[in-house]
Amino acid sequence: MSDKVSLAAKTSQAPAEAKPRKSWLARELRHFRNNRELFLLSLPGILYKLIFAYIPMIGIIIAFKNYRYDLGIFGSKWVGLDNFRYLFSTDTAWRITRNTVLYNAAYILITLVAALLLAVLLNEVKAKWSRFYQTALFLPHFLSWVLVGYIAYAFLNHADGFVNRTLMAMGFDPVSWYQNAGAWPFILVTVHLWKVIGFNTLIYFAGIMGINSEYYEAARIDGATKRQMALKITVPLLSPLIVILLILSIGSMFRGDFGLHYFIPNNSGFLYGSTDIIDTYVYRALREVGNVGMSAATGLYQSVVGLILVLSANAIVKKINPDHSLW
Amino acid sequence: MARQKIELSKVAINLLFTLLSLAVVLPFVLVISVSLTDEKSLTEFGYRFIPETFSLEAYRYMLDSPEVLLRAYGVTLTITVVGAALGLLLTAMTAYVISRTDYRYNRITTFYVFFTMLFSGGLVPTYILITQYLHLKDSLLALILPILLSPFNIMVMKGFMSKIPLEIIESAKIDGAREFRIFFRIVLPLSLPALATLGLLISFTYWNEWFNAMLYIDDPNKVPLQLLLVRTLNSIEFLTSNSEFTQQLGIDLSAFPNNSARMAIAVLAGGPMLVIFPFFQRFFVKGLTVGSLKG
Repeated sequence: MSDKVSLAAKTSQAPAEAKPRKSWLARELRHFRNNRELFLLSLPGILYKLIFAYIPMIGIIIAFKNYRYDLGIFGSKWVGLDNFRYLFSTDTAWRITRNTVLYNAAYILITLVAALLLAVLLNEVKAKWSRFYQTALFLPHFLSWVLVGYIAYAFLNHADGFVNRTLMAMGFDPVSWYQNAGAWPFILVTVHLWKVIGFNTLIYFAGIMGINSEYYEAARIDGATKRQMALKITVPLLSPLIVILLILSIGSMFRGDFGLHYFIPNNSGFLYGSTDIIDTYVYRALREVGNVGMSAATGLYQSVVGLILVLSANAIVKKINPDHSLW
Repeated sequence: MARQKIELSKVAINLLFTLLSLAVVLPFVLVISVSLTDEKSLTEFGYRFIPETFSLEAYRYMLDSPEVLLRAYGVTLTITVVGAALGLLLTAMTAYVISRTDYRYNRITTFYVFFTMLFSGGLVPTYILITQYLHLKDSLLALILPILLSPFNIMVMKGFMSKIPLEIIESAKIDGAREFRIFFRIVLPLSLPALATLGLLISFTYWNEWFNAMLYIDDPNKVPLQLLLVRTLNSIEFLTSNSEFTQQLGIDLSAFPNNSARMAIAVLAGGPMLVIFPFFQRFFVKGLTVGSLKG
């Protein structure tokens, strides 16, 4: 609507241009009329994204303000880069960035190696048993992180937990797991692997199922062993998929798993040094500390670096194999 | 000799998978076992895989006054059904329009949807929008709306729908059908496999949703299952300070089955779906492969 008005104003100022402009507008309107039914079908989705994705982007300015609920977004005072200066002046920014990136790197690599190995081995098992193993390994995928938190608590609870009672029975001292930051990288990696291994194994298993069986037939005739077939046929044929998935996961290096890092350590303050990631910090700054500007600044830092990482990852993939790039 | 070697490796692989399956399943057993153990024996012997003294006390406490749990089930069921139905319809509508290569605004709409996957305003702006501008705090809409339409699901659905031959749509157009009719009468029925898969994935997301509940729900009447679990995990105080429990039961708080009750809530809240979801396991893997991202 406003476009039309401004266009009309322009045409009145420049009569020489009036004719082609008008016909362009008329043509575009005719196109729109031809496409309007499809446009109407997409309108609810477009409006939804406008309200819940694009309008919040305006809220990015909160990162540069001293936000107060009573003054609102536009009433709150501008503070320039103060929120960022404060964030990067303490070691918080370094800590949460390091934790987010290192944990993600560990999750990606360990899951990849374990899932690939299990998928190759699963291929050697009789179908009847294979289905049973698949169901068992897949089970944790259906749990929310909250429920996994209960399971972790049953193991790690200081007084009665299974781990400590076992340690005591063997003559060792119990460990205060929820106060002992050093052990958490191992605990988190183990819990993460426990939850996602089944799902990831099945993804690679589906990939192996898709490999033409003639390759294996030919190898068998030539007298190849199972191990040779796995290393010389399965892994090479899966490798484009693996490489692309790896590079793309670099794009999400800056997005941490909130549920895993919030519920499994039970949000224990003693553990922040080794469990706190950007996502849990943003949540606490907003909901527990109430420092809205700081939370917004950290969130914006995450969004911007995340965008840069995705764009670069996609550019790299495009260079290696354009078919696998996201766009 | 060679045959024996193969047999041996087969046994080794089966043994490895048996051990792994046990490692995955046993933690579930521990939680169930604790929920079935007498409270006194828990403090004496700790958490064990086999109850030292078997007791249904924790479940009796929970089921004597099931209102809190039932209400949480009601809230979760409501947001799952409404969210999945609405979300699936919106996903299909948007994906269909994007999948139509003859649509003039195809590319710009794709970019408009896809860009939200790459960049977002972050948690704070969304939180302010929902609490300060839309005033959805303590509303079930705050649990449904923020995750209603995922760009990833749209892309998956689009991948499936682009495989529908354009000739079918063209011939329907020649017969005089309007786009709405084509979408609801031809495209949706043809997309049933993708709709089933995505419908299940969306329901699953809503069933296990706790993040928005943590942010937006304070009203005890609107607590979904997962938030009930969060609060119980954080502290047993929620149960004991929740007047319904203490008043209706007239319980002595020191005798409250603290540990076993916690685990009993986990079993009662998480158990039923854990029995149902595995029947649909193949859909969960298919969800990733039903349509490639580029389509």
